[in-house]
Amino acid sequence: MTVNEEKLKQDFPILSQIVNDEPLVYLDNAATTQKPRQVLDAVVQYYETANANVHRGVHTLAARATEQYEGARETVRRFIHAEETAEVLFTRGTTTSLNWLAQSLGDAVVEAGDEILISYMEHHSNIIPWQQLAKRKQAKLVYIELTKDGQLDLADAKAKITEKTKIVALTHVSNVLGVINPIKELTKWAHAKGAVMVVDGAQAVPHMPVDVQALDADFYAFSGHKMLAPTGIGVLYGKRVWLERLAPVEFGGEMIDFVYEQDSTWKELPWKFEAGTPNMSGAIGLAAAIDYLEAIGMENIFAQEQAVAAYLLPKLAAIDGVTVYGPKDASLRTGVISFNIDELHPHDVATAFDMEGVAVRAGHHCAQPLMRYMDLAATARASFYVYNTQADADKFIDAIQKTKEFFSYGLN
Amino acid sequence: MALTKLDQLYRAVILDHSKNPRHRGVLDQATTQIELNNPTCGDVIQIQLLVEDGIVKDARFEGSGCTIAMSSASMMTEAIIGKTEAEALKLAADFSQVVQGKAVENEEALGDAMMLSGVSKFPARIKCATLSWKALEIALQDKDNQGTAGQLKHDE
Repeated sequence: MTVNEEKLKQDFPILSQIVNDEPLVYLDNAATTQKPRQVLDAVVQYYETANANVHRGVHTLAARATEQYEGARETVRRFIHAEETAEVLFTRGTTTSLNWLAQSLGDAVVEAGDEILISYMEHHSNIIPWQQLAKRKQAKLVYIELTKDGQLDLADAKAKITEKTKIVALTHVSNVLGVINPIKELTKWAHAKGAVMVVDGAQAVPHMPVDVQALDADFYAFSGHKMLAPTGIGVLYGKRVWLERLAPVEFGGEMIDFVYEQDSTWKELPWKFEAGTPNMSGAIGLAAAIDYLEAIGMENIFAQEQAVAAYLLPKLAAIDGVTVYGPKDASLRTGVISFNIDELHPHDVATAFDMEGVAVRAGHHCAQPLMRYMDLAATARASFYVYNTQADADKFIDAIQKTKEFFSYGLN
Repeated sequence: MALTKLDQLYRAVILDHSKNPRHRGVLDQATTQIELNNPTCGDVIQIQLLVEDGIVKDARFEGSGCTIAMSSASMMTEAIIGKTEAEALKLAADFSQVVQGKAVENEEALGDAMMLSGVSKFPARIKCATLSWKALEIALQDKDNQGTAGQLKHDE
């Protein structure tokens, strides 16, 4: 089966609108994706038929809500191939997942003089939590270099994973370069030196099959809203052996076993980490999004994105003055394409694209160290997803041509 | 084509200021200088002023940013040199009105900067236009400040 983008597009009410007198071409999927009717309906149906607080009430709705919420956890477990649902924690998103780890895992394994290893292609959410942990513990934050074409420098990675390294935290797919990192191999290297492997999967899980057991990573974080689900729901996967060892980061209702005046005990996994009323509708929306993606097939989605990259990269290379960042080999990437046009500032480019109905991101993409590393102030970024058609890809190329023409006419 | 609408924003005179910026560089003897950045987009602007006897005798800007931010800074320096501090502050206040699509009494005083009135139709770009003018306001109001003013506030 291949992906029928035209047909899929009809499932997304927001995509049928006109923006600036042009049909909307939404190419900002690395920032957030649009939601199909199936996901919106699942959220509405939950509120109309099942809403109650989970794990507490004995009444019928409470049981129904609990069943749906825990059913969503099982859907996620199956989707990422975790061994058991106890290893699937619901969070607000990747940022919260990584902050929890920097706090709890950081306290458990990092001491003064230790090293935490990340790379120059990380999103701020996989930099700052570790940077602040390093400051708190007087540990050292070490960065893996990149190759000239924007891949992780694997020789440098191997050299920098040492006995001093306690945590290796890397992105599975770069939100700027679109490059896919060899997480399985890197995890082996980390484990060989006794380090814990943490993976930021925010740009990977929506776009390709991910099997956390095959990767063997100790922790894996991702967000719902980048994969057709509502905002405010995300996942932290952790191996049971680690989650048992870690202390919860947040305290309150839902996560306790017994509470005494001076001390408390925690519930078993996964609820030990989920303090307070969870985002039930978000989890149910996420499960609906997973159902939707699985119906298309993650292999198909991945193949389609690589095909889009393979279609666009030569076309972009043929346009004078267009620079694309990251590897030129489409098989190394997803459908994230960062670029600049001539000497134009990406904000001017994004405004011009917007006038053509094409929504792209411009700026530092929450990756200031990467921008500095590449000696760039900013880039424009087009990022494709399942509902983007061949016509969208052509409109993107067309928008580049028109933008070039507009500004060269004005500037010359 | 829909890009014709871009003409409302990128008038020829704006593109000219971007390509041939006026007063871009560094002053030998600045009495006050300021750096301001917009954290949402990463644009940075440095403004230097030479203020003597309450008059802006000279001004320079440096920085990195989009066409709108850089041309606005260039236009600003043209508008304020030779003006009193009070007049320069009034121009900054007027400019803030203009980019929100509001009328001001003395449009001529803003000079080329009036050309940026089209930015009011592009709400996401208003802060690009006001960055240098906000830096000017801070520089004139806090003349002891010789360094960074930090970031543009959310509601500016």
